[in-house]
Amino acid sequence: MTDGRSRGFYVLAAFFAAYVLFLYGPMIAIFVLSFQGPDGGLTFPMNGVSLAWFEKLWEGGGIVDIGAAFLRSMKLGVVVMLLTVAISVSAGLAFRRRFPGSALLFYVAVASLIVPSIVTSLGIGLEFRLIDDGVKHLADAFGWTGIQRHYTTSMNLFTSGLGAHLTWTLPFGLLIMFAVFNRFDPRYEEAARDLGATPWQTFRHVVLPIILPSVVGIGLFGFTLSWDEIARSSQAIGSVNTLPLDLQGLTTTVTTPDIYALGTVTSAVSFLVIGLTLVTIRSIAARRARHGDDSDAGLV
Amino acid sequence: MTPSTIARHMVAWAQAAPMALVFLAFFVIPLALVVTVSFWDYNDWEMIPTFSGRGYTESFEGCLTKLPEACTMLKTYGQTLKFSFLVWFFTLAIGFTVAYFLAFHVTSTTWQIGLSLLCTIPFWTSNVIRMIAWIPLLGRNGLVNKTLVGLHLVDRPVEWLLYSEFSVVLALVHLFTFFMVVPIFNSMIRIDRRLIEAARDAGATGWQTLWNVIVPLSKPGIVIGSIFVVTIVMGDFVTVGVMGGQQIASAGKIVQTHLDALQFPVAAANAVVLLAATLLIIAAMTRLVDVRKEL
Repeated sequence: MTDGRSRGFYVLAAFFAAYVLFLYGPMIAIFVLSFQGPDGGLTFPMNGVSLAWFEKLWEGGGIVDIGAAFLRSMKLGVVVMLLTVAISVSAGLAFRRRFPGSALLFYVAVASLIVPSIVTSLGIGLEFRLIDDGVKHLADAFGWTGIQRHYTTSMNLFTSGLGAHLTWTLPFGLLIMFAVFNRFDPRYEEAARDLGATPWQTFRHVVLPIILPSVVGIGLFGFTLSWDEIARSSQAIGSVNTLPLDLQGLTTTVTTPDIYALGTVTSAVSFLVIGLTLVTIRSIAARRARHGDDSDAGLV
Repeated sequence: MTPSTIARHMVAWAQAAPMALVFLAFFVIPLALVVTVSFWDYNDWEMIPTFSGRGYTESFEGCLTKLPEACTMLKTYGQTLKFSFLVWFFTLAIGFTVAYFLAFHVTSTTWQIGLSLLCTIPFWTSNVIRMIAWIPLLGRNGLVNKTLVGLHLVDRPVEWLLYSEFSVVLALVHLFTFFMVVPIFNSMIRIDRRLIEAARDAGATGWQTLWNVIVPLSKPGIVIGSIFVVTIVMGDFVTVGVMGGQQIASAGKIVQTHLDALQFPVAAANAVVLLAATLLIIAAMTRLVDVRKEL
């Protein structure tokens, strides 16, 4: 490794380049093809260049209501993101020292990561079905006519769907928090305590600013995992679909390039979200570099 | 326990409680329900909460009577295991090589971060989009077929490129290789560089250093990556569905098919079998590592 660029380096560099090409090649193909002319098909060559397929997408194009699915996924993603951050940071704080049950909770989190998604999804689906049956039985037993008439299901994007997504994002959030606190210097907290800060002040003005970039990272992770999720949502989402589920449905029926246009748009959203997040992390880091000694600014 | 320890535990419990409750409500109870319902009886339109092994007996129908011919269940699991093995093999081979290049041949941290980021960017696109991205390349009139025909390597377009076992494995490798790269890279970056110098000073060739020093020390990363990839492929039904043109069976897809038909006990029974198979494979993989550690 010290003897300059060996032959091995060039062989491996070529391999790496091939891997990157393998990763990007197909993606670039559909980004290009989404600008296909109005008469173009699903494959090369390009039959002119146009925005026709984006327009068709924008108008709804007769297929499913993509705009609504897009909004639903966006809302769910944001809620999942906020909850993942709050719950992971809180649990991460608990895990800094052993407590009775900590090992059990850790194993459950890991299990949630490796149990096949379809199994978890099926379980959540069954759970809510049984809740529905229970509610209907109760309504019949007590003669609650309002419920009898109007109740359909408790399964919903923000009940079962949200829960399904959290079983996927929280294990990652927890693992990131482990990595964060493994490198955390507890002397900062001791100093804050010695100076008379309450536990909440210590967290708010000392711990949180230090771990903030990673916390933003957890949020980013939570959002993108939720934005892409299919397998866990499939049985636990209720009557409406998220964007990736609609996309999956479209793969078997759509034969025009508007599906590529959809791919380009959803990717653009992902890039935008992640770009903004990275800018946020960098600006936090830059501000910290500028005033390295402002950690007490908010205490007074 | 002193009062202060008890107070500390109370705080920790309060902090961990939200996560514990989410896992209880949306993972532990649902999992218990899957196991319970797999032993329920059912008719054409609803499940009946009385004990019955029908979910299992119908899933394994013909597995004993048809012997030595394989029943549907065995065939499907054979198929799924084949996919798991192939995807594991290719992701490990590619992932290890990429991680090795990044960890040992890219010496500046800036380049390491930059190149890792380059590998991460495609993950910002939805998996379904990354699957259909193969259509313009592999389809009957796709780029690959046009090139092959153009070069007169084949007379007419090759059919097995898309909606085939080949495209399923290709897409899975495409989607999940990076899950192998990250943990292996993480293990490699922690290897003390002096060990490698020592190996070289002791006269080891590059291959010997790789095989006897780097591979054993990267093992935790290899195992974590392998568990991740294998569990994803074992339970997968989305990639197999889309890239197999909904024509190829997989263990996850059986569960989904029964669910679409609202046959919950059968679906649950299949889910339990899938879960057991996945856990067996993970147990085998972790065992493999511990055994070697003791040798």
